[in-house]
Amino acid sequence: MEAASQKRYVARSTQIAARAVGGEMMIMSAKDSTLFTLNEVATAIWEAADGSTPLDEIVDQNVCAAFDVAPSVALSDAEDLVAELSSHGLLLVSDQPISSTGGPAKETP
Amino acid sequence: MSAIMEEMGQRALKLGIPLSVQLDLTYRCNERCVHCYLDHEDHGEMNTQEILTLLDDMAAAGVFFLTLSGGEILMRKDFFEILEHARALMFSVKLKTNAILIREKEAERIRALGVESIQISIYSHRPEIHDAITKIPGSLERSLHAIRFLKTFGLKVIIANVLMIQNIHDQAGVRALGAELDCYVTIDPTITPMMDGNREVLDLNISHAQLENLFHDPELVGNVDEFCAIPAAPDADMLDSLPCSAGHTAAYVSPYGDVYPCVQFPLATGNVREKKFLDIWRYSPEMNEVRSITLGDLTNCSKCSNLGTCTRCPGLAYMEGNMRGPSTQDCEKSLVRTGVLSENLKARRNKPIAGLIQIQGMSAAMAYPGSQQPL
Repeated sequence: MEAASQKRYVARSTQIAARAVGGEMMIMSAKDSTLFTLNEVATAIWEAADGSTPLDEIVDQNVCAAFDVAPSVALSDAEDLVAELSSHGLLLVSDQPISSTGGPAKETP
Repeated sequence: MSAIMEEMGQRALKLGIPLSVQLDLTYRCNERCVHCYLDHEDHGEMNTQEILTLLDDMAAAGVFFLTLSGGEILMRKDFFEILEHARALMFSVKLKTNAILIREKEAERIRALGVESIQISIYSHRPEIHDAITKIPGSLERSLHAIRFLKTFGLKVIIANVLMIQNIHDQAGVRALGAELDCYVTIDPTITPMMDGNREVLDLNISHAQLENLFHDPELVGNVDEFCAIPAAPDADMLDSLPCSAGHTAAYVSPYGDVYPCVQFPLATGNVREKKFLDIWRYSPEMNEVRSITLGDLTNCSKCSNLGTCTRCPGLAYMEGNMRGPSTQDCEKSLVRTGVLSENLKARRNKPIAGLIQIQGMSAAMAYPGSQQPL
């Protein structure tokens, strides 16, 4: 129970535009038209931010498995990235799985 | 342009990615603007599935900025289905509309779908002028209601103010209206020929004196001395550069699936009903010809002292007969801006005008119209 409560889920906002251009992700916030670019590692995290996979699993599966980086460093960098992107409204963060509409996912019966 | 945008534009250019596409969903319209360059009949628009497939293909090709325009986009009953699909594919979507079909429900839906901006044509702050241009009584009031709905939902609205002889005196009023409604206002002083080449609408263009007033208004151009300065002579770097983004990182698709380098550049390069968008983009000989042209390849213009600041439109040049030639409308704008005749205008002024200086024997009828031929 305690371990589950530490899980963090991340989902892409529905109010953004995004496209990979030459390996880097280009993201625009519809709110204020601010443009961001993500490098290859950040793009891997972004693409995996489906709202249902916990951040530590995303880092494990999509960063540590693909890039030469220590897990603790990768998770710390990912936390910083998530904080930065969520502060601009590009990512939604929750301690529960997030539905595609931006809110916590409904329990399936 | 932001540094990131500049960098992404350069990357897209290097990789051959069509970063920006305007897709006209229909040429049908519920207004009949006097200056419009379109024929409003439906000659076989793409159906919903064709458009959704095209959007899939454009996303795969790397298109990021998608402008949905027309005609009037809301004349299509499947407009929201198309918009929903476009946003699911994460395009940055800009809408161009007259907005008279947008009410609270439509505004709320546009907001929910995360549209980047909505550009709305407003010709005047006075109904008698705006409605006379659109030929639809009450159209200004309806467009303004729509703007208010959209602003209520926090959307970015851009007022597009196309200037012509009918509304040239109202641009300050439109700017004030924009400030009141918290909208950015763009001013466009150029009326372009119809897509079928008909140039009669050009008679609606404002005069040189009126254009000069606009180019000397610091509220519009910023520092007037800088804006109107004669540019530095073209150097090798400038001559190696590209005329504009058309065909390089930008394209246009008509409601019938025809792909062009730009909405203002009616050079047919292929049709998405026959070939994939990306194949047309990459392999069309016409598109590649457009891509091969640098400023140094331009006849007249490459030697012109206005080249550095000229807004020459390759599409208008093409409509004038030569995509490597000048666009006389832009030469005239440069003349008003810098006071210097372009190479094209110099050549035109020095060229004898056929018919007026030919000397030949005249019959009495020609010399004196209305007189009888001698028997």
